[in-house]
Amino acid sequence: MLERLTKFFASRWGVILAGAVIGVLGPTLQKLGNPPNMGICVACFERDIAGALGLHRASVVQYIRPEIVGFVLGSTIAALIFREFKARVGSAPIVRFILGIFAMIGALVFLGCPWRANFRLAGGDLNAIPALIGLVIGIAIGVWFLRTGYNLGRSQKTYTAVGWIMPVLMIGLLLLVIFRPVFSEGGPIFFSEKGPGSLHAPLVVSLAIGLVIGFLAQRTRFCTMGAIRDVILIRDFHLISGVLALLVAAFMTNLVYGQFKVGYAAQPISHSNFLWNMLGMVLAGLAYALAGGCPGRQLFLAGEGDGDSGIFVLGMIVGAAISHNFNLAAKSDAVVEGALQVGGPSPYGMIAVILGLVVCIVIGFTMREKMA
Amino acid sequence: MNIVDARGLSCPQPVILAQKAIVKGEFPIEVYVDTVTSRENVRRMAEKQGCKVEIVQQDDEFKLVLTR
Repeated sequence: MLERLTKFFASRWGVILAGAVIGVLGPTLQKLGNPPNMGICVACFERDIAGALGLHRASVVQYIRPEIVGFVLGSTIAALIFREFKARVGSAPIVRFILGIFAMIGALVFLGCPWRANFRLAGGDLNAIPALIGLVIGIAIGVWFLRTGYNLGRSQKTYTAVGWIMPVLMIGLLLLVIFRPVFSEGGPIFFSEKGPGSLHAPLVVSLAIGLVIGFLAQRTRFCTMGAIRDVILIRDFHLISGVLALLVAAFMTNLVYGQFKVGYAAQPISHSNFLWNMLGMVLAGLAYALAGGCPGRQLFLAGEGDGDSGIFVLGMIVGAAISHNFNLAAKSDAVVEGALQVGGPSPYGMIAVILGLVVCIVIGFTMREKMA
Repeated sequence: MNIVDARGLSCPQPVILAQKAIVKGEFPIEVYVDTVTSRENVRRMAEKQGCKVEIVQQDDEFKLVLTR
């Protein structure tokens, strides 16, 4: 029985099912209260967690997102049932941490992870197009490094308890969002009273949907970066059929909910600065490619015991703190007295993206095994 | 006999290494991996390249024997 299910989930239809389910559930979460033009965004949600913990003090983006908890724990449950939970660490963790930081800096210059880029496109936000072009460029650069021997080295099997660190951390976050303790006057834990951080579906719904997605994604290896990488690297269309299923399902779900609005300017929680939407995602895409997975995939891997992916996730959370503390994250478009103010990153954000590209390229060049 | 030890390597290294061995063309090729993900990825790639794939489970690791 388990073996047959494994076969199905590993098949093309398995990953299409996972993509379609995520595609329906994202806009559904939006309908139930999650931020508009978002539904689910792994990068934004990790940023909200960083804010809730007080690692940054951008008061409008602070909430412990139960979806993230669900993604990790859903994957853990799937891995345990199918006997795939395996604690492993030691493939250049500090490099993965740095990649996580810059992945988040890039993501927050665009304002979204690849999942959200697809959800935004499916909701009619055309700014997702330059972002997805940037994502493909970033991944293509990463593929070039992979082809020329880039490799972060082997991980080692380790104590089972090591594999449990990330799942247990998530249980801790869940307890914090359930009991909402206040550690000193004014917080932490911080919860936004206005802005995107204040918009969320009911906790139980967010958690349940997170668990379902975590389970499906662990079984099917759903990955938005791997999808594009595999097409470029080995002409394999397996994973990308899942991503396309997400896009189509999200589009149709948005139509049903009346959440589809075509346009560039002043879309919710986004900016229409073409160049930086693209460049932010070039950086993020390259960092994901060098780290071997999109932000979602890194959560699912962390859930099945991969400590190196756990480090990448922690890097992203720290990267979110850096982004907001140092004013690197992009500002949304705003309409002031009827006039459109195009958002985008501050000069610091632009410099950070360039710096990140340099760092990632140095990593790509210097961490190559000699080719036989 | 050609041996590819891809244990401990993360996605997509096992696939890249196995593909290189297939291109080299010295069959049979033995590919060692330690996750089901890598097993499925290598199997899918090898079958697409027209190889026959036999999978042997060894404790919690896998040996894939590719022949053509």
